[in-house]
Amino acid sequence: MDTNLLKKIAPFTYQLEPKGPMRVPGTIFSDEVLLKDMEDKVLEQVGNVATLPGIVGASMAMPDAHWGYGFPIGGVGAFDPEKGGVISAGGVGFDIACGVRTMLTGIHRQDIMDNRKTLADLLFKNIPAGLGSTGSIKISGREMDQMLTHGASWAVKSGFGQKEDLEKIEEGGVARGAEPEFVSERAKQRQEKEMGTLGSGNHYLEVQAIDEIFDKKAARVFGLRRDDAVISIHCGSRGLGHQVATDYMRLMVIEARNQKITLPDRDLACAPIHSDTGKQYLGAMRSAINCALANRQIITHLVREAFARIFPSAAMGLIYDVSHNTCREEYHEVNNKMIRLFVHRKGATRSFGPGSPDLPGQYLDIGQPVLVGGSMGTSSYILVGTKEGMKLSFGSACHGAGRVMSRKQATKKFRASLLIDELHEQGIEIRGHSFRGLAEEAPKAYKDVNRVIQVSHDTGLARKVARLTPMISIKG
Amino acid sequence: MDSTRWRHFDHKADIGIEGTGPSMEMAFAQAGLALNSVISDLKSVRPLTARIVKCSGDDPEILFFDFINEIIFLISTEAMLFSQVDVRIKGSELEARLLGEAINPERHDPAVEIKGASFNGLVVRQDKKCLWIARCVVDV
Repeated sequence: MDTNLLKKIAPFTYQLEPKGPMRVPGTIFSDEVLLKDMEDKVLEQVGNVATLPGIVGASMAMPDAHWGYGFPIGGVGAFDPEKGGVISAGGVGFDIACGVRTMLTGIHRQDIMDNRKTLADLLFKNIPAGLGSTGSIKISGREMDQMLTHGASWAVKSGFGQKEDLEKIEEGGVARGAEPEFVSERAKQRQEKEMGTLGSGNHYLEVQAIDEIFDKKAARVFGLRRDDAVISIHCGSRGLGHQVATDYMRLMVIEARNQKITLPDRDLACAPIHSDTGKQYLGAMRSAINCALANRQIITHLVREAFARIFPSAAMGLIYDVSHNTCREEYHEVNNKMIRLFVHRKGATRSFGPGSPDLPGQYLDIGQPVLVGGSMGTSSYILVGTKEGMKLSFGSACHGAGRVMSRKQATKKFRASLLIDELHEQGIEIRGHSFRGLAEEAPKAYKDVNRVIQVSHDTGLARKVARLTPMISIKG
Repeated sequence: MDSTRWRHFDHKADIGIEGTGPSMEMAFAQAGLALNSVISDLKSVRPLTARIVKCSGDDPEILFFDFINEIIFLISTEAMLFSQVDVRIKGSELEARLLGEAINPERHDPAVEIKGASFNGLVVRQDKKCLWIARCVVDV
């Protein structure tokens, strides 16, 4: 990245001064090494987002930011509906509410390692993944609308998981204000056979060992013990979310053209939050969030079923469930006043600090668990939201490692069979649905997650709590 | 070089598809092949079953966006892959005939699911040699 345009305003914080049509500055949270690897496109996209009506504070990029479309991946932008603020389908992204859910097992890592081949086979068989896979649950019509309205709560009522799970999901497992009537029939059709499926690409299911604890107090509150095993599920709103994104991006682009609105980038097409299109997209996007939450809830149930075959007495409660492609209505302090904002987080997670009313009672004093997935075979992290982060980034933090190499480059450079051997040597049992898919997700195609986490920690966006290392990795 | 061809172009998180041909129809058809080859090697996909895709629009770029998304919808809902694409455009109406087969994970080794076509890099134009080029980035 050409850093000449940036000014270092605080440790790990770089500012892009507003110029031309930019309404607010751009802020990039990074260190020099990560910044050097970030594409110039990230800076351009941060600048473009800063031109959108109603943006508040700054257009931000998290330490894992990379080139997206419209918004950078790792981009955060908050909009004030009372100041003409907008909502952008591209600003949320295709995989609406893609996210990570992590659950406890109470099982020692050695017990997993002793059973890892059987367990990997069981999980691989029990959780549908990969292109063309279908779930055992088919839904349509009224049932579909119920799912889209009630999210994880619908899944629990349908027999997938426990009521206690809901407290450990953002917004209690239900995105309020979902309006399934604004989700197209085609989007619903794409979802009919996809409930409880993992998907493909960078989606995964991992059994991980808690390798290191950095913050004993937070770890205790989250139920984390060194050398225990946890399970992380990374997936999203499947076909329904993808189609909602496609439908509304198209609508917003055509409306912008008809209203003769000049956009710096068509992918930034948006609608005022108070407009009909804005309201309809919100209703549809919240339905897609519910679809993602229901999907992760069903997968949780399938994981528990598989585990029960080997570990019948394992108590597998959730630590938390975070989504990283969303736009949410939140209250934040701006110029000493609490105001209602619509916060876009594209490839960025919420990272709410202690005292935030959105947190479950158990986490109220400590802050929100922030779940950050690494790339295949590398570490994942659990962090905790901070009061500082609420001020710095509207309570947002990084979501993963972030790519440094395109899929095309990765397939040229890496061979899946060699990768599998390497991972085996590191003690990781891997199951994948596609050789080429595995090569595209090679660990070296991503930034160093450890550095991304350290920058998030040092900046104060979120504080390190624990590092997780994979033992079993199921790739979609 | 053959004037009718497809290729992928780089995008950091996703992948670009591009079709080139002496007509807009052929460029679209080639881009349709590029799309399917993001998922699998086209040589492994037998042209056994036909599907028809229809869309309409005056703006060639929106028409292309819709055409690619129609194929993504078919791949998603019918779990099929396509290795032959024939496109006809009359005025603002597009009709395409695609030949392919149901996805077989062992034979096709499907690399990745495509979520949708984006407006990123979306271009439909003629180059200096009067060849048509149709391209966009698809989200995977």
